[in-house]
Amino acid sequence: MGDASFSLIVAFTVFGILTLGGALGVILNRNLFRGTIWLMISLFGVAGHFVLLSAPFLAAVQVLVYIGAIAILFTFAVMLTRSLTQITDRFTRLWWNLGGAIVLFVVLVGAVIWPVWGGFTPGDDILFANVMSTTDLGIALVDRGSDLRQGFVLPFEVASLLLTAAMIGAIVIAREADDEEKGKRG
Amino acid sequence: MGILEYLSANLPAIAPEIGLTILAMVILLVDSYRPDAKSNIGYLAAIVMALLAITPFIPGWSPAMGESSLKWGGMIRHDMLASIFKVMILFAGSITSLMAVKDSAVGQKGEFYLIITISTLGASLLAASADIVMLFVALETVSIPLYILAGFSHSDAGSAESGLKYFLFGSFASAILLYGLSLLFGFTGETQLTAIAASLTSSESILGTNILPALAALTLVIVGFGFKISAAPFHFWTPDVYEGAPTPVTAFISVASKAASFAVLMRFFIGVFPDAVQLDGQSVQAFWTGLITVMAVVSMTLGNVLALRQENMKRMLAYSSIAQAGYALVGVAALQSVDQAVMTSAISSVAFYMFMYTFSNLLVFAGVILFSEAAGTEKISEYAGMQRRSPWLAVTMTIGLLSLAGIPPAAGFFGKFFLFQAAVQANLAGLAIIGVLNSIVALYYYLLVIKIMWVDPGKDEDQAIKIPAPLAWTFGITTIVVLLLGVVPAPIIGWARDGAAAVAQAVTIGLP
Repeated sequence: MGDASFSLIVAFTVFGILTLGGALGVILNRNLFRGTIWLMISLFGVAGHFVLLSAPFLAAVQVLVYIGAIAILFTFAVMLTRSLTQITDRFTRLWWNLGGAIVLFVVLVGAVIWPVWGGFTPGDDILFANVMSTTDLGIALVDRGSDLRQGFVLPFEVASLLLTAAMIGAIVIAREADDEEKGKRG
Repeated sequence: MGILEYLSANLPAIAPEIGLTILAMVILLVDSYRPDAKSNIGYLAAIVMALLAITPFIPGWSPAMGESSLKWGGMIRHDMLASIFKVMILFAGSITSLMAVKDSAVGQKGEFYLIITISTLGASLLAASADIVMLFVALETVSIPLYILAGFSHSDAGSAESGLKYFLFGSFASAILLYGLSLLFGFTGETQLTAIAASLTSSESILGTNILPALAALTLVIVGFGFKISAAPFHFWTPDVYEGAPTPVTAFISVASKAASFAVLMRFFIGVFPDAVQLDGQSVQAFWTGLITVMAVVSMTLGNVLALRQENMKRMLAYSSIAQAGYALVGVAALQSVDQAVMTSAISSVAFYMFMYTFSNLLVFAGVILFSEAAGTEKISEYAGMQRRSPWLAVTMTIGLLSLAGIPPAAGFFGKFFLFQAAVQANLAGLAIIGVLNSIVALYYYLLVIKIMWVDPGKDEDQAIKIPAPLAWTFGITTIVVLLLGVVPAPIIGWARDGAAAVAQAVTIGLP
């Protein structure tokens, strides 16, 4: 067993534990807020698996979109509905939690950085063999093929219109009735 | 191919959509710079959308006779069938904007016209979709703005309830549809409709000896579309949403999203599961036409029987629209024939039916808006004495209701005639008979409203109802179209036949 494959097994095990442990944390935790944190850990583990599978782009998307955006949205939603979250004992055992958080952070960062840049250097052929640049990937998404016969540029553009309409509509619905309207209703 | 030739070959296929995008941006600008000009935004939207309806006729832009070519990388089709559906959808958007101007719930909000424009754009693309990615994005571009519009009225709790119900049912249906589509993509690795069919029939197809997964995917897709066209047994959302949503929105939901869904439903079925797709020695076509036949019978019967007992006009029209979806499904079921001529007459009958239904239903809903604004009620019994309050309103609503019932000289007669004719040609005479019997049941509740309007004495008979200018235009345009289609249906049905023939031909010769 060579060094590289041993490192891979270690990395796989760490990410596997993170993924499954995080998932268990989500479903076993009665506090929605903590459940969200566990979900982030689980998603982080999945991002690590993407790295191991030579898909660093997907790993980046996983971190940016799922952990960065979606998990934060979850957090907002949970905090906005505070009554449901049993969050009363949030500030007890603060130092204990802080220590745990730091350890977790170091483990998470180390677990991603070590296999990619530190623990083993498998060279480009293993990890980055089939990697497209982000630009290439974007072009391929909207316009596959050089003869312009296949591509998703039209649905891609229509989706942007859809999002615009949805956003404007959401603002209209969520906005308080302005004074003029209130006056009309008496 | 250079980029310029590419664009000149592909841009005409989305000319109305480009116009609608520009319109949406103009509305946004005008709305922010001239906050006092809401009615003018409504007129602007109505006029521009009506003008865009001529883009499919501009020489050089219109699809050639018999042509059904793929554009934009196989995303959409450029053919006459798409044109006819785009014309009715653009008119639906135009007339909805026009009738909304005087509606107290939505007319004075600039965003309403913007969202209606985007929804029209989605419907217009949906009618031309040839790829499941495009299909789904277009379907959501129709639906999500409509969820918003259904809950648009701040002052009305019923509107919020309607919006939420529509959103929950609609997103549920979208998820089911998406599940079916993703299964199809998973089995074939293709997203384009005819490419899926080709992959299913190829010798390497993993479904070659196993028909069940294909049937599961097909069923999920039918369930998803069933919600969108409000066919029974997936109609539960319809009455509540129709009743609670602001009336112009109800009118738009009942015509534009339904028409576009029917167009893409036919494209999907004959594109992915034509008779040539035989899995495990069995035709998938027999399965889906069977399901559609059952849905047609259940929708017609359930819609008509439940409509008999309604006291609220909008609820009655909701059940009526379920029944109307059932009639149109008769035409879809007639696609069971493998004969190109019969397929042509089936597709064209559905196109004609949706065309006439769009104008008839908009006509009736314009009457409901005017009466609700004047009398403050949607109860059918309150329509009593309408002919003395506004003879013109009573006359036009009578024409609209007669058209929905299928009585000549209104357009509904030929609509039903072509549908049942296609069913008989496809050896579905039993289905046609059930359709005719149902039309007789439906006659009762349409004629009941007419009788109340003309005969029953009302309590506010001395208060005349004034027809404001935008609604007068609405009544004028829709009434003329409904009567013209009823007297000389030849141009529209001929156009629909040309479009349908191209599609049917592409199906029958397109596959190995």
